[in-house]
This record gives sequence, C-alpha cells and structure tokens, in this order.
Amino acid sequence: MDKKYIVSPSPHIHADISTTSIMRDVIIALCPAILVSVLAYGWAELLVLLVSVASCVLLEWAVTKWMLKKPSTVGDLSAVVTGLLLAMNLPSAIPLWIVFIGAVVAICVAKLPFGGIGQNVFNPAITGRVFLLVSFPAQMTNWTPTPGFVALPDAVSGATPLGALKEAIKSGSTIPQFMAANNYDLASFLWDAGASAGEISAGALLIGFAYLLIRRVVKPWIPLSVLGTMALIALIFHGINPDVYTGVPFNLLTGGAMLGALFMATDYVTSPMSTLGGVIYGIGIGLICMMIRYFGSYPEGMSFAILLMNCAVPLLNMWFHQKKYGRA
Amino acid sequence: MTQTIIWTVAILTVLGLLLALILFWVARKFRVEEDPRIDEVEKVMPGANCGGCGFAGCRAFADAAVKAPNLDNQYCPVGGDEVMQKVASILGFTVAKKAPQVAVVRCNGTCANRPRTNEYDGVQSCRVKAALYSGDTACAFGCLGCGDCVAACQFGALSMDPQTGLPVVDEEKCTACGACTKACPKHIIELRAKGPRGMRMYVSCVNKDKGPVAKKACAAACIGCGLCAKTCQHGAITVTDNVAYIDFTKCKLCRECEAVCPTGAIHGVNFPKELDKDAVKKRIADRKAKAAAAQASSEAKSASADRPTPGLRESEVGKGVMDAGVRGGAPVKKEVANG
Amino acid sequence: MGKLTFSMGGVHPHDSKYARECAIEELPLPQTVWVSMAQHLGAPAKPVVAVGDTVKVGQVIAEPGGFISAFVHSPVSGTVKSIAPRKDLAGNPVMHVEIAVEGDEWDPAIDRSKTLVTAIPDDKAAILDRIKACGVVGLGGATFPTHVKLNPAPGKVAECLIINGAECEPFLTSDYRIMIERPKEIVIGAAIMQKVLGGCKCVIGIEENKPEAIRAMGAAVAELGYPGITVQELRKRYPQGGEKQLIDAVMKRQVKSGGLPIDVGAVVQNVATSLAVYEAVQKNKPLITNVLTITGDHIPGNLQHNYLFRIGVPLSFIVEQAGGIPQTAAKLVSGGPMMGKAISNLDATTVKGSSSVLYLSEAATRRHPETNCIRCGKCADACPMGLEPFLLNRLYKAGDIEALEKNAAQDCIECGCCLYSCPAHLPLLDNIRQAKGQVMGVIRARAAAAKAAAEAAKAAQQPQK
Repeated sequence: MDKKYIVSPSPHIHADISTTSIMRDVIIALCPAILVSVLAYGWAELLVLLVSVASCVLLEWAVTKWMLKKPSTVGDLSAVVTGLLLAMNLPSAIPLWIVFIGAVVAICVAKLPFGGIGQNVFNPAITGRVFLLVSFPAQMTNWTPTPGFVALPDAVSGATPLGALKEAIKSGSTIPQFMAANNYDLASFLWDAGASAGEISAGALLIGFAYLLIRRVVKPWIPLSVLGTMALIALIFHGINPDVYTGVPFNLLTGGAMLGALFMATDYVTSPMSTLGGVIYGIGIGLICMMIRYFGSYPEGMSFAILLMNCAVPLLNMWFHQKKYGRA
Repeated sequence: MTQTIIWTVAILTVLGLLLALILFWVARKFRVEEDPRIDEVEKVMPGANCGGCGFAGCRAFADAAVKAPNLDNQYCPVGGDEVMQKVASILGFTVAKKAPQVAVVRCNGTCANRPRTNEYDGVQSCRVKAALYSGDTACAFGCLGCGDCVAACQFGALSMDPQTGLPVVDEEKCTACGACTKACPKHIIELRAKGPRGMRMYVSCVNKDKGPVAKKACAAACIGCGLCAKTCQHGAITVTDNVAYIDFTKCKLCRECEAVCPTGAIHGVNFPKELDKDAVKKRIADRKAKAAAAQASSEAKSASADRPTPGLRESEVGKGVMDAGVRGGAPVKKEVANG
Repeated sequence: MGKLTFSMGGVHPHDSKYARECAIEELPLPQTVWVSMAQHLGAPAKPVVAVGDTVKVGQVIAEPGGFISAFVHSPVSGTVKSIAPRKDLAGNPVMHVEIAVEGDEWDPAIDRSKTLVTAIPDDKAAILDRIKACGVVGLGGATFPTHVKLNPAPGKVAECLIINGAECEPFLTSDYRIMIERPKEIVIGAAIMQKVLGGCKCVIGIEENKPEAIRAMGAAVAELGYPGITVQELRKRYPQGGEKQLIDAVMKRQVKSGGLPIDVGAVVQNVATSLAVYEAVQKNKPLITNVLTITGDHIPGNLQHNYLFRIGVPLSFIVEQAGGIPQTAAKLVSGGPMMGKAISNLDATTVKGSSSVLYLSEAATRRHPETNCIRCGKCADACPMGLEPFLLNRLYKAGDIEALEKNAAQDCIECGCCLYSCPAHLPLLDNIRQAKGQVMGVIRARAAAAKAAAEAAKAAQQPQK
C-alpha cells in the first residue's frame, strides 16, 4: 500500500454532532425570546445583549490564550450562550459596565478556573447574575422600561410583577387587590410579563424550548419536574390562603421561572446525567424557588434555587445511575 | 439581648464538651495498634508513592518491611542503596548493595529509520494502539510512539522527542522505579545497570522478525545475524528469536559489538570518546589472526595441546576498553581486573 | 405483530446500503490462497496437511485445537506450499496454510447441484456432527463454533431460535443479498437448527429497511411450510443485530450480565450461518465460501459488488478484482463501519467471518479533535447496555478497576454507539475497550483463584473419605 491509509479502532463513522452544533441549537432556541425583548425594550436591550456576549467571548478568548495558554474554546460557542443567558437575566436599563462585571464573574470565576466548558460546578450565567444581584441591588432591580420598538400596553414601571407584589403584600394589600390595582391579566403574562429579556415572554421561551426538544438537544424531564413542583406548591399554598400566596400561572409565568426551568436548569454541565437524578434535581429547584418566593426576602428565587441544586449534582450523579441491561 | 448571648455561649460550650467527649471515646475505642517502626521506616522512604517497589506506596512498603523476616524481596528503586541501608538499620537487617539502574529504551525506529506504512487515528495511547494492531510501521515490535511511558513516569524523566518519535530518558531524573517498563505494551523499556559513569551498552531493538523482514521494516533493526555474539569475548551477548541481547552483568564495555553491528542496532552511551569502528575492527581481526595462528601452532604441538597463554585474554580486554576511549577510570579498571 | 426493537439505547446512523442492488457474483480463483488457522473464536485449528500435499476443494486441512474450535477445509484444489505464520489484517502473525491453486477439483462427497433438499434428517447427533465436521461457525461477527452453540449444556432448554437478518450495520448488504437470492436455503437451515434444538419456535428478525428481504423470506417460509417459523419485522436501529439486543427485541427478555443467551432460552444465529448449516447438512459442503460486500461512501457504482468468495483469498486480490481502491478512500475497513476492523495490511486473507471491504472517505471517517466532556449524557442515552460511557472513561483514566467493575464495564459489547454519538469526540470506546479487558482479567483471575481454592478444599477432604 503506497498510500498511507488511516487505521483506528472502531467505530469508523461519527454522528454529525459536536459541542458547537449543540450550542448553536441553544442560541437558535433563545432567538424568539431575544426578539420579543428587543422589540419591547429597544436599543438599550440590544446593547446589553451585545456587551454581554462580546465580553464573555473576549474574556474567554483572552484568558485561555494568555493565562491558561491552552487552545481557545471560543469556537464551541459556549461563551456566546453564557453571554446571552446572562443578558437575558438583566434589566435593560442596567449600566453596561455592570454587564461587563457580570461577564467577568461568569467566565473568569464560575467557568474557566474549574477547567472550562464541562468542568464548572455552577452555571456561569446564573453565578454572574447572582453576583450582580447581591452587589448591585439597586441597578439590578431598576425595571424602568427603556423605549422599545413596539409599545407595551401594560408595562409596569419600577419593578417586576413579583417584586411589586412582594412590596404590596408587605404593605398590607392582598393579591386580588394588587392584581386589580396594576391592571394585571394572567393571559398577558404569557407574552409580556414586563421584566428582563428572559422573563418577558414565556411563550417565546416555550417555542425555543420546543425547538430544542425536536432537535433532541435536551430532554423534557428537568423542566417538567421544576415547573410541576412549583405548580404543586403554588396550588397548595394558594388553596390555603389566596390573599397572601400567589397562584399557579402567576408563579410559572413570572420571575424567570420559564427561563430558569427551560434553559438554565437544563444546562448539561451543571445538571445530573441520569433521568431520575434530573427529576430529583428539578424537584429541588422547584421547592427551593417557591420557598424563597413565599418566605424569603427576594421576590424571585430561580437563580438561587438553581445554584443551590448545582451543589447537589455530584451527589445525585453518584446516587442515581441509568438502568443497565440484564441487571436488576 | 444579654440573655440570648449567655444562652448561646452556654449551649455551644456544653455541645463542644459533649462532642469532644464522644470524639475522645471513639478515638480510644477504635485505636489501631501499630508497630511504631512502620512510621520510622516510612520517614526514611522517598515518599514518592510511585509503586516501583511493587507495593501500593511507601507506607505499604514500610508495613511489609516491618513484617517480613528479611529484606531480600524488597527494594526501593527510587531511594536506592542509601534508603535501603537506613531501612535495614532501623529494622536490624542487612541488605546487599545493588547497582543503580536506569530505564533504557530499546528501539531505534526513528521516523527516518522506520518508514510509516499507515496512519493511526485513534486515541493517543500505546495500550489501545497495541490492542488494535501491530502499529503504523512494518515493525510489529517497536515503539508505538503514543507516550504511555511518559504518562506513567512520575518523575518527569521521560519525554517524547518529536524529531525521532521515540521517548528519551533523562538519566538524572530517572529513578528506575520501573513504571514505564510496565506501561509499555511492547516491553521495549528495560531497567539496566547504569554502568560506571553512565557508560553502558545495549541492543536498541527487540524485533523478533527474521533478518530481511526486520531490515525492510527498519533500517536500524537487529537482524539477528549474531556477529556481535561471535565477537563478544565475555559471553555477554545471546541471540534468541532473531534478536540479540546484552547481559549487562557480563558486559565489559569493550564496544566491539557496537563496531561490528551491521545495522547500528547496538548502542554505547556516555562514552567519553566516539567509537573508532575501524580501529576496533582491526583489533578484532588481529586477535582472530593471532588465535588462528595459536591454534595452528597448538595443533602442530598436538601432544601438549590445551593451555592457551594465561593472562592474554584479560590484557586484551583491558586494551579493548582503553582503545574504545575510556581514559582508564578507576571503576572500569577494577571491573576489568575482576573479569 | 408490529415492528419490534430493543428497549434501551441505540443510534440511527444513515444506512448507506449502496450495494443493495448488486447481485452476488462469483469471485474468480486467485493463484494462491492462504487459509488462516485462527478464523473462529476459541483455540486455533491444528493443520493436518504437510507441505507438498495435494488437496481437493473441501478437504480437511486442519482440525479443532480445543473444545471451542473448528475444522478448516481447503477452499481450492492444489498443492500445499507452506505452513507458516503470516500477518493478518491487523499485522499480527497468525499460522496460515498456503495453497497454490491448480484447477478446481472438488471433493466428490460434496453435492454441488442446485437442487433444493427439503427433507431434514432425523438424527440430531448426526446433524450436529455434520455441522461440526463442516467447520460451520457463526457468521454474524463473533465466529463462535455453531455446533457448540446448538448443543446447550444439560438442563438448558432453547425456547426460541432467532435467525438474525437485521444487518443493522450501515453499508453491509451481504446478508440482504442472500436473503433475496437464497431465502429457501436459509429457511431450511433454520428448520434444521430448530430440529436440533428440540423443535422450539423460530423467529427470523429483519430490519424494516429491507422490505424485499422480508417479503422474500416470508414467501419462502410460507412455501416450505415448516411449523413454528415466522418472519418478524424489526425497527431500523443500531445495534439491532447485537445478540443481546435481538433477544430483548424479539423475546422481551434480557440476558443477565455474564450469562449466555441460552439462560433465557434463546439461541441466535445469523442468516449466513443458517445458509452454511443448510449447505453442510443437506449438501455436505463445508464452510469454504461466504458472501462479502465491497462498498463505501462516495465511490462509483461499478466499484461496488457483492462477491461469493473462497475463504482464504487475499484481500488485495478481491480489491483488484473489484476494480481497485478508489482515490477517495482514506480508510479500508473489514466489516461494518461501527464494529469492523480497519485494515492495515491488504495482503491479509479473508476468513470465514469476512463480510465486507469498506472504502471510507477522509470526511466520513477522520476523527475530530477531542474536546472537553460537556456531560450531555448522549453516550449514556446511546448505550444499548445501559452503561455510562462518560463515567467508565473517567474511571479508566483514574485506573479504578474496582469502580469499573461496579459500573459494569465488562458488559460493554463494543458496539461503538458512545463514540459515534459523542459531541465532544471523546475516544470513549477506545478507552472502555481497555477498561473492559482489565476488568475481565480481574474477573477471570478471581474465578481461577476460587476454582483453585475449591479444588484445594476438595483435595483436603479426600483423604478422610
């Protein structure tokens, strides 16, 4: 044989799939929600998105090149996904330098020190977001709507529905009073919940998630268990006292519940590998999130819930395994 | 407020005391009686936990040493004689000295010597590659070049030479723990005596194919011609399965084998001078002529046949070493005299 | 019954059966053949001819070297030139008998007519003897001696004989062609094996992407009218043709780890094996021919063939006859693209289990650079044994053999689904194959130690009796 043929162990063919193709699918899935938020909040939102993505990508490139001296992993698009998810958790009116700090925490604290993609314990975007929430509470909760490309009929100024509600209950009003006072309509939350990009439109997020399901990028068990647990808890508490505890649709459609359950909790790296582990992880997130919402001092608890359950993932991976062929 | 503080302090104090008591009790109850000498032995060990001695780590070695009736079956290759003497003195044993060893890569199939016949595209692991097939050259015995030995070395003594595609041993760092010899699926790496001032001879090939096949696969292969074995005056070289092997306990470093090897498969390293092949060959020819003459004369005097001139061989050997470039270092001289 | 499939894992590679329309052609005879002594699972065969002997087609040239071993017959007539080691397709030396071809003179005991023999002999022992004497081995890949498999240990009863016509590997079409061209022989072979196994039911499983084969086999079953034989359509899903997966699909039973198919009452035989059994029992023809596919991706149609070849013909001769290696080929594979072996030595000869020569292009086969595991779990989803390849890979790198055994590395069937589906292009199977070997070594050593201890205990008891 004159030509040097390739020799390798089997298999000799490979599926047309790569980390990049998966990340590309996630980006495509985020597009509907991004579109809605840009339409609603205009240039400001677009800038937040651009700055977030650009800082994440640049930081990852710079750190891998100059500090870790490893081949760059920018090409796999995971930094783009982190940037998008981070931006979608921020108010559009936020100063851009804070966005950059969020990116620094996400990439340089939560992701790369652990060994880069696949090795991080905590979801980078959520870590960045929580860091900002704790460090810059004023800017992070300034929900003054920036001028959008289309007018929002019922935009609340100053706070998200969950935040406004928490204040209202503290000052003694009941939920029905609050809903009426703000002219809230549950159906409108599906498309427009007046909050950050990731929270504004549950409908757009669901469309994106359906795309991921069809492409078999993710499996539905984690979102189902997160949302199911939240719904169940809301059902019980709302049933006990509808004046103080919010109901099922309100909880599922506001406060980043959808973004968290569909796109953040399903992050491959920071979620359990087995189906059963995933379900337990989801139940944990739902439980912690609702406890924070009902009894905590923060209006919404999705980010904290996911971060807390991220800690439990190694344990869940150790405890729960796939069912094996021919073994009881 | 004050009351809260008092209560907190009180409860924590009581709790602390209680837990301390439990800890104390558990520690006493489950204490393992250990021979104190194990700790002593472990202290003098190198602490690399490399497993080169055949035990899981330095402590396991110490444990076994304390329990063993003598130290004949245990040797720490990393610490060498120094550590073994210390261990022996702690335990009251005596140990014989062992010559220091070093890992030797017995393959000369460089990219230039050994043309590639196919391209390997699997995981870079010699073990996987060896399990799959005979390798990406026509030589089924040589180095696979994926660096399992480099990964196995805990002392950073091995590295791959990108030019040759073969591993290189850093003699300063090599502790002769033997991890690489176990990691190599082709068993190319061997622990050999380091030799006086690092000088040693070895056959840098393990190809068992017949001469022509081996030669076709690799320009520097041992073709099993046996010239070296015929030339060697010390019976150090044997040829089995078409490949020569130099017994380092018998080798006298005369470098004659290196001079006669037609493919350059025999290597001499750390010699101060380059080998003058022609001179050595001439010396061998002279000796052969002399021997033939001696035999002829002895045949002539067939009555009193069997006494070759005493001392001739030894002086020849000494001369050989000197000619090959050793400036007459003390250890070499001594060995020669003993031989 | 609807389409059946196995219960966990699996992948869906494009089936690429480009050579499906190529009818089986008979390969001409080369000048020399080299017959390997190790073409079956188990001990190599021992040559019984000497250099210089003349042999006829079908004459025994080697006998079994152990209980699990097989007879080897001369595929040609001629003179034995040498009995010496020769490199197999992986470049490792294996004992071969070299025969210079002279004419084509067959052993007169072989019935070479095309007439179909439908009457099945009654004597089970005689049938088994014939299968053994004809050197029949499983042609589905493992080449396990068929007579051993058809003779279950005492106390084990076969409930179902599964004839494997799944051919789930992409590209391969040899089984497909024999199912279309020789369905009746296959069905008779199945009926013979059914009889040997004591008249259990028999299911012929064929994947849905081969409707013509399903039709042809169904017609043959109906026409011949043996009781208890059915054709079952299976979903297209790799590795449907894996023994354990096929049993799961057809019988809804799972073979326990370390167990044998017969433990759940199953015996699985390939369609090509069934054909070989027919030829052995009804025609007295030993296993000296088989069908092999020559195909690949992006290669012209005239280079694609299904050949009936004599076992022992060098691969280089077949490739030459088929029109040479196409320019686009970057890798040559013997067997399917998922489990086949890359050919590093084209001078190697064909063996009983040879099923194809694949030409794969650089684009189709070149491995991508390895990146970080992103813990997507696609390997675990793809594993038909329910293992967690990402975990086994990690444990192998850590050298934790105990944990590897606990996580069932030894159950791996090396189907390649994990590596196929990994988005990070990790060499999962490369490493797991090693891990499996290490764990199997530990298990065997333990079994040997236990056996030795039991024997020692027995020996200690003996004097008292």
